[in-house]
Parts: sequence; C-alpha cells; structure tokens
Amino acid sequence: MKGDNYIKLDFPSRSVNEKLARSAVSAFALQLDPTMDELGDIATAVSEAVTNAIVHAYPDCIGVITLRARILDGDCLEINVRDRGRGIENVEKAMTPLFTTGGEERSGMGFTIMDSFMDKLKVRSRAGSGTSVTMLRRIKSRRA
Amino acid sequence: MEIAPSYAEGRLTVYLRGELDQHEAKPAVERIERELDKFMPRDCVLDIGSLSFMDSSGIAVILRICARMKSTGGRAWVQNAKSQPLKVIDISGIGRLVKINEAEAAQ
Repeated sequence: MKGDNYIKLDFPSRSVNEKLARSAVSAFALQLDPTMDELGDIATAVSEAVTNAIVHAYPDCIGVITLRARILDGDCLEINVRDRGRGIENVEKAMTPLFTTGGEERSGMGFTIMDSFMDKLKVRSRAGSGTSVTMLRRIKSRRA
Repeated sequence: MEIAPSYAEGRLTVYLRGELDQHEAKPAVERIERELDKFMPRDCVLDIGSLSFMDSSGIAVILRICARMKSTGGRAWVQNAKSQPLKVIDISGIGRLVKINEAEAAQ
C-alpha cells in the first residue's frame, strides 16, 4: 500500500548475522509501539527463520539471505525471509515439531516457534531453488 | 554471550548472560562441557536469569547438557528462566524432560 514503510536487507548466510537480522526487524517494528513481549516474539521468529536459512538452505556454502519487513494496514508487521539455497523437499514434514535434519545442535522447534509467536506463517519452497518464509504479526494498539 | 561457571559441593552452576542463538550455541556447549569435564559435578544447574534472548538453539543446548549429565548418572535443570527465554521453553515443551524453575528441594 502506498505510504507503508518497509526495509530490505541482503546479507551472507553467516551465523553472526542472526543477531543483526532480529535486531534490524525489532528496531523497525518499534514504530508500531509494541510491548516488550510482542517485540520478543518477533525477534524470536526472525531468529528462527534466518537460522533455518543459514543452517539448512546453505549447509556447505555461504549464500545470500534477503530479509524484508513492512508495515501493512498501519498495525501489521509482515516479515519475509528468502534464500536461494537447497530448498525443502517436504515442507509439511519440516514443519513437524521435533523434526530436524540438523543433528543434535538443532532442536527441531524452529517452525513451531515461528507458528506460535506469529499470527500467520506461510512457507513456500522448491528443492534446488530456495525457500521463502512469510510471517505476519498484528500489533495491538495501546493508544486507544 | 558470557558464561560464568561456579562450582560448590558437587554442583556446577553455569550462569548464562546475553543472547543465546545458533551462532553462540556451539561455543556455549563446548565451554559448558569443558567445565563438566573439569569438575565432574553431580548436579549441573543452568541459570538463565541474565539471558536476554534465546531461540530454539538454546533448547538444543539445554537438552544436550541434560543428556550429558544423565548419561553419567547426574542431574541437570534450569533455573531463573523468565520473560522471552521462558516463553520459548514453554512452547518447546521441554518442561516434560527437564525441570524448569523448580525449587531445589523438588529436584
């Protein structure tokens, strides 16, 4: 929508950028006047999505991750995390709690956390061409 | 993130401070495991009261340390979990496997 604010950030899939990504979206989300709890939920969901891209999309190489955030309808935050990596063969299976291909360093809870902390979660992926994770979170107005 | 171990009478308490994500998880596990090797404690307490952020990578760290303690007949639990890290712990459901914020007497 015309006039709605947005950010776009491209960064290499280095784990040090997990903190950068959640900090950038948190800072962007501040204009919606979220509570600390809401901000924590958003930061957690971003961290999970970006970590998935780093660990699973580009397991053996460094690729580009594109992070977008925008304000919709004045009170809704939409976040998109896009990679051009390996892709997910079976999205439904990948979203099952505790399922992981990441070994003992991963808990298999990433998608469960994104789904719980955000109002909407949509995952599109094609093996070999990458994954796009879109999340929505409405911030309740405290000004009323 | 910072890790500060404190050992007394068979119990290693590990104080975690800062943000625990996938970038920090591996060095954190290695550091805690080195302390476990050094002290061979009966109990290991992960104190996350000063953790300002934790994602599912932290869940993997907690599970790994607890499994390691269990494998040697020891015990491990989490104390002072609050705000964002507690919410992540609650949603992950690891409370069924690991004691979270329970009084010491209940361990």
